Amino acid sequence: MIEKDIDIAVIGAGPAGMAAAISAREKGVKDIILLERNPFLGGILIQCIHDGFGLHLFDQNLTGPEYAEELIQHLIKAKVPFLTEAMVIDINAQKEIRVVSRQGLLKLKAKAIVLAMGCRERTRGALEIPGTRPAGIFTAGVAQSLVNLQNLKIGKEVVILGSGDVGLIMARRLKIEGLKVLRVIEKLPYCSGLVRNRVQCLRDYDIPLHLSSTVIDIHGKDRLEALTAAQLNEKGEILYDTAEVIPCDTLLLSVGLIPENELSRKAEVRLDWRTLGAEVDDYVETNTPGIFSCGNVLHIHDVADYASQEGFLAGERAACRVRENQGKVLRFPVNASKEIKYVVPQLIREDCRETELKFRVTEPFENIRIIVKNGGETLFRKKFLKIMPSEMNMVKISSDKPLDKVYVELEKTEIA
Amino acid sequence: MNKIFDIIIIGAGVVGCSIARELSRFKLDLMVIEKEEDVASGISKGNSGVIHAGYHKEPGSLKATLNVAGHRYFQEWGEQLDFPVKFNGKLVVAKVKEEVEGLRKLMERGRKNGVKGLELIDAQQIKNFEPRVEGIAAMYSPFSGITSPYLMTIALAENACRNGVKFEFEQEVNAISRVNNLFRIQTAGNQEYYSRWLINSAGLNSAKVSRLICHNKHRIFPCRGQYYLTDKIDDLISMLIYPLPSKDGVTLGIHITPTVDGNILIGPSAEYIDSLEDTACTREVMDKLKREAEQFLPEIREAPFIRNYAGIRPKLFYPGSGVNDSDYIIEEDSEIHYMINLIGIESPGLTAAPAIADMVVNMVGEKEDLVLNDQFCPERKAPLIFAQQSEADQARLIQDDPAYGEVICRCETVTRKEVIEAFDNILGVRSLDGLKRRCRIMAGRCQGGFCTTRIVEILRDEYGLSPEQIFKSNFQSPLFYGRVKDD
Ligand SMILES: Cc1cc2nc3c(=O)[nH]c(=O)nc-3n(C[C@H](O)[C@H](O)[C@H](O)COP(=O)(O)OP(=O)(O)OC[C@H]3O[C@@H](n4cnc5c(N)ncnc54)[C@H](O)[C@@H]3O)c2cc1C
Ligand SMILES: Cc1cc2nc3c(=O)[nH]c(=O)nc-3n(C[C@H](O)[C@H](O)[C@H](O)COP(=O)(O)OP(=O)(O)OC[C@H]3O[C@@H](n4cnc5c(N)ncnc54)[C@H](O)[C@@H]3O)c2cc1C
Repeated sequence: MIEKDIDIAVIGAGPAGMAAAISAREKGVKDIILLERNPFLGGILIQCIHDGFGLHLFDQNLTGPEYAEELIQHLIKAKVPFLTEAMVIDINAQKEIRVVSRQGLLKLKAKAIVLAMGCRERTRGALEIPGTRPAGIFTAGVAQSLVNLQNLKIGKEVVILGSGDVGLIMARRLKIEGLKVLRVIEKLPYCSGLVRNRVQCLRDYDIPLHLSSTVIDIHGKDRLEALTAAQLNEKGEILYDTAEVIPCDTLLLSVGLIPENELSRKAEVRLDWRTLGAEVDDYVETNTPGIFSCGNVLHIHDVADYASQEGFLAGERAACRVRENQGKVLRFPVNASKEIKYVVPQLIREDCRETELKFRVTEPFENIRIIVKNGGETLFRKKFLKIMPSEMNMVKISSDKPLDKVYVELEKTEIA
Repeated sequence: MNKIFDIIIIGAGVVGCSIARELSRFKLDLMVIEKEEDVASGISKGNSGVIHAGYHKEPGSLKATLNVAGHRYFQEWGEQLDFPVKFNGKLVVAKVKEEVEGLRKLMERGRKNGVKGLELIDAQQIKNFEPRVEGIAAMYSPFSGITSPYLMTIALAENACRNGVKFEFEQEVNAISRVNNLFRIQTAGNQEYYSRWLINSAGLNSAKVSRLICHNKHRIFPCRGQYYLTDKIDDLISMLIYPLPSKDGVTLGIHITPTVDGNILIGPSAEYIDSLEDTACTREVMDKLKREAEQFLPEIREAPFIRNYAGIRPKLFYPGSGVNDSDYIIEEDSEIHYMINLIGIESPGLTAAPAIADMVVNMVGEKEDLVLNDQFCPERKAPLIFAQQSEADQARLIQDDPAYGEVICRCETVTRKEVIEAFDNILGVRSLDGLKRRCRIMAGRCQGGFCTTRIVEILRDEYGLSPEQIFKSNFQSPLFYGRVKDD
């Protein structure tokens, strides 16, 4: 067993964690370690062989692995020490970390920790779909990895439940590989993935999208044989007379991502029930001093570039924390109207005069205005023709007063 | 000529495996034939895993006697065979005054059956035991407990195998005949086996299997029980929480049961169905399970659910038939000698299994002298669980074998070494479900999201399996149809 003191440990080497490690290093902290359980750096990017990455950060249209490669080159140039095939199995509020790898058990005591563990997929069990439990049911991300990284043919006739981005991307992928993609079924009356994915993955490949529908039964004892799908009314209730049996051997689930915060809990990090990620302030610092959170483990990002940007911020702030121990600071909560699903950060520090709010709406809205106020002062006001839950909104705010009463709301505008 | 076995056992559930293990104490050539790819693939995997104390059943019945007798084995078997056994106690909870009388009756029955330690407690005492449970009174049963039904069955089978019992999987018995005082047993896989004795412990199919040769009228009425399984939850309950048994006597009611791994089960429901195989879950019942559980434990509402499953009871009567319980049939057939049928082994069959095995051994012993096998080894060691070791031991394990340093399952912290040990089980079981039962891989909250791809890699690298050779359970359940692109 090796025991070691360290300045900063970053857990997870996806686009967020790599960015955090790079920026902490560039801020002058040398004693860093980036810990990754996979045998490679890059996180989820490595299985995303489609393009669409890097438009914001690198001004280029890259594939996932290319995007990762950019960051890896940067990481190597900055001489950031990293460890792959190293799984963090435990952390605590004292910032002690237990890492398991083939080299042995490593115990670290860090001055700061950056959480960047990404997310996991919601499963069939969490959806509580009735029926049998045969082979042939995969979450879309697992399917992506099996197909793209292991070259495995996961089925012949596929139905996809859920119109999340991963599902849409897999619909196209499987169709290109010669599988029959029968349809994508979504329980909401609108697509939950990005518009560009709906167009480029479904419409361009003639894959039907059935909205306001869901899978109500699963058939087949050994391998999946069929599904029963049905439509839903406006209240989300099943319309049983619309039930339809769809023979197929494979079901992909793309029904949501859950930030992977089991470790965070062990370090007494408070979670926000809306994001299922940590509650953070404008430094992305959690309630456990010296523990920061970024990327999908903080809240789900649809664009890797933004996960990296959050990582840069986390790394920079962790570096400051290593150098100076701060006294007690007040943090003010950020509030929002009920149309706003969540806002990150949830808290703003008393000395903060400028920050960026990230938020999502609960459902699609048309002809609305987003308004951000700080008490009586309006900090932001902008009209939108349409705003979708699938898109993360980012709003920069600043004031010369403390941001102690920040409130985000939507306002209906007259139709233009 | 085929080998002639002394005894062949049909069905590798907890009953068949208990019998096999107990018979392996003697000098006998034994074989177990199972239609699925692993042991505990029938009723023995889809149940509550409760070690019943024995107050439910009619005094004097086989169910009551074998339950109480079986219960006594668990401490010892758990230690000898290294499977989890926990006597965490049970509360049978009354919600209204009228039910208290029912608790008294239950206590009385328990006393007659020889169950120790039963006690009537009030609302305050309930709160002392289980602060989150709601009720006005309860019967406390200190010696009720839990086990892992499949780990128990696996342990028994491995120990039997180690002591010389042969196991044949994916062989469904579909014909039995008498040839020169021997049983000729034929399977759907076109195999033929011969034996002097035949023990039918085919669970849901036991009536069907007996009728392959016997002239009895036994019939099984399948009655399904559905469950919800939650993620691991600390501090919600530590004991088994039961309602009063249903009045019709068909079931013990929907209860809330911690599992040996720290998850919580809600169930089982009870609905008669047409098929012996239909373990599907249904919307209405799933909703009902939650509703009923909330009555006793309101906080279960917020629990994270990770899986649903169902098991099927082999009932010997059907609803509305006027009968509300029937006893086990454990007997040598009156015409076909040397054929022992075990039919209708429903709850508390898991608890009774050790005593059922004893009974069967005695039945055999009555007709021929059994010679002790001096090679018999009663012990069996379960593979080591990395996550349960101390920090120092974990460090040492990795140093001795780096495969312990590769974590394959993030939810349960299962290492590569454990996956390999599970895959190398002496029964030769190779399915993913078999792996899951043996090392908890794919069983956690992500249900295989992280580990599936890693397991596929291990099976390819260590065992040279091609994609088509990877199955969820039996040969009809492939995970893959080859490769996307040719290599
Ligand atoms: C399937 C899919 C398709 C996507 N497609 C696009 C797209 O086309 N364009 C786009 O811009 N964005 C896309 N995204 C979004 C983007 O990729 C993600 O938002 C981004 O990868 C999140 O980065 P992250 O670093 O937070 O998480 P991840 O990339 O998931 O990285 C987390 C890392 O942490 C490691 N880790 C976790 N726990 C531990 C531990 N205990 N010990 C050690 N290591 C650990 C993991 O192994 C992983 O490498 C997609 C996302 C998914 C899931
Ligand atoms: C919902 C439910 C809850 C229960 N809860 C409890 C409990 O908490 N405590 C308790 O003590 N008991 C409980 N029980 C009862 C207990 O689970 C059973 O009594 C016990 O598992 C029966 O074991 P078995 O070996 O007889 O049957 P099985 O486990 O079904 O074994 C029979 C085996 O025979 C095989 N087979 C069938 N036909 C053939 C064939 N033709 N050829 C070859 N093989 C064949 C099957 O595949 C199967 O593996 C419960 C039962 C149910 C259904």
